[in-house]
Amino acid sequence: MYVAAKGGERAIRNSQALLAEARRGDPALPELSLEQIRQQLRLAVDRVMTEGSVYDPDLAALALRQASGDSVEAVFLLRAFRATLPRLGYSEPVDTAAMRLWRRISATFKDLPGGQVLGPTYDYTQRLLDFSGEENRPAVEADCAGEASPRVVDLLDHEGLIEAQQPAEGDPDPGDLTREPLSFPAPRALRLQNLARGDEGFLLAMGYSTQRGYAHSHPFAGEIRYGMVEVELVPEELGFPVVVGELALTECQMVNQFAGSKSEPPQFTRGYGLAFGQCERKSMAMALVDRALRAEELGEAAGAPAQMQEFVLSHSDSLEASGFVQHLKLPHYVDFQAELELVRKMRERSAVTHA
Amino acid sequence: MRDPNYNFGYLDERTKRMIRRAILKAVAIPGFQVPFGSREMPLPYGWGTGGVQVTASIIGPQDVLKVIDQGADDTVNAVNIRSFFARTTGVATTTRTGEATIIQTRHRIPETPLAEGQIMVYQVPVPEPLQRLEPRAAETRSMHALADYGLMHVKLYEDIARYGRIATTYDYPVMIEGRYLMAPSPIPKFDNPKLHMSPALQLFGAGREKRIYALPPYTAVQSLAFDDHPFEVQRWPQPCALCGAADSYLDEMVTDDRGGRLFVCSDTDYCGRRRSRKEAA
Repeated sequence: MYVAAKGGERAIRNSQALLAEARRGDPALPELSLEQIRQQLRLAVDRVMTEGSVYDPDLAALALRQASGDSVEAVFLLRAFRATLPRLGYSEPVDTAAMRLWRRISATFKDLPGGQVLGPTYDYTQRLLDFSGEENRPAVEADCAGEASPRVVDLLDHEGLIEAQQPAEGDPDPGDLTREPLSFPAPRALRLQNLARGDEGFLLAMGYSTQRGYAHSHPFAGEIRYGMVEVELVPEELGFPVVVGELALTECQMVNQFAGSKSEPPQFTRGYGLAFGQCERKSMAMALVDRALRAEELGEAAGAPAQMQEFVLSHSDSLEASGFVQHLKLPHYVDFQAELELVRKMRERSAVTHA
Repeated sequence: MRDPNYNFGYLDERTKRMIRRAILKAVAIPGFQVPFGSREMPLPYGWGTGGVQVTASIIGPQDVLKVIDQGADDTVNAVNIRSFFARTTGVATTTRTGEATIIQTRHRIPETPLAEGQIMVYQVPVPEPLQRLEPRAAETRSMHALADYGLMHVKLYEDIARYGRIATTYDYPVMIEGRYLMAPSPIPKFDNPKLHMSPALQLFGAGREKRIYALPPYTAVQSLAFDDHPFEVQRWPQPCALCGAADSYLDEMVTDDRGGRLFVCSDTDYCGRRRSRKEAA
């Protein structure tokens, strides 16, 4: 009886074996290949890469398969792997204006240079369960051109209607929150790093709250673009940038109203979102939250949850949140015993005083 | 046997060096929380990632490791962490408190007194003793800088006003050398006196909150109290049902659905050795 109350190594081994069996399902069916997951569950792969902070579709697919499709668990696997990787160097900033676009839409202008490119999206589908599967696939008539076109916010920039975003004096290297712990107040570069890794569900809810009166900032989706960008690195021995690979990215630039101040004429401000692969919901929510977190810098009253740096940044990470919420499953006999002892003592006392 | 696919202790050497620097700073300023670049570990945040990173940074091939959770060597989390280190370092592990050079723990300090040369590594969920009173880290940091701990004293006073006693039973706040207020991790307050002037080095790791703090050997650790409400530890009306110890912290077992209870030592090594000594006698 006493021993049964404890875990024990054999019980753990059995639990692991049961998990492996449950994960695999009926062995008569073939195991999912990583290529199948990459190709047919690409949005799941993109989310895991984004929140896992590793651009590697194969590893993300492997993590998803190992995690039985649980994206938070898959992000965890990828992050733990990432923590063991050495840093070979830091890339040059990617140029999203040079992105080869698969999709590009703007909600602020009817037409603009480069046009509206709808690309692959669920946005214009009717959400009817499709029982026919493969057979009903429509033929592609016009492929995405994969060409670059200027960013919408840059068009506003020419007129000075939107805040200029120039690198700070001397363009200091941004910090790296995977190496140094976050402290508050956090600069925008670190806030954006945190949001990019943040849980999509959490950011979605925080972004949503800004639309319902908690930190309202009149957002317009200036542009959402999805496509491929080149990654360049300057090897020390060469001294000039060379292309080391390509990334699929989704970028969202929100355009927000700003009344202006004594020193600034009325102009639009920006909120920014960026994610690996096609993660539009994530990058839009990120842009809303980024803008809300700039309240203090823009001299706005900062009282809503989405405007509170510590509140947002300390609770956005799914690994931290999931781990700490679920640690309540671990044994707490000792502390519970301490509380039992106290409550019993307090009840004895109240029984005496009430007698 | 050590798994050759991982570096000794899992972490790479540069990460270990970063953590050792944080530990050295923590030892130099007892009770002060040192921020460190906590890494994602292959076990979840909140499950001992801070303790694991501290242990991984200080462990050497000659060390003998003991891991306990709730005082026991065979609880699920202790088993997992012990096998993690057995796999990544190949060091000898033990359940004997006296034989261990490093003891990683969650929620207890062993009943067997610690000795010089031993290192206790505590897993810490919430390193900030003021967090439940003031959740903003930017605020609590300045409260520590100013040694402004009035908030905590008011909280303890309010407990007395409301319940007639201080209603904190674990993670009971302590003052270190009269300077820093410190969370001893969720050990029962029963264990607080063992922190005081301990001959062992005591290290505290909080992975999720990214903080390390420490008590060098023979550090004065005082549990907060008032002159008219002195600090007290838990007592049970009966001794351990298995070994008869009257001086140890007891776990409560529910034996049936009619109110049957059995109280036994939470420290399985202490209890087991007392029983085998009795059998031998």
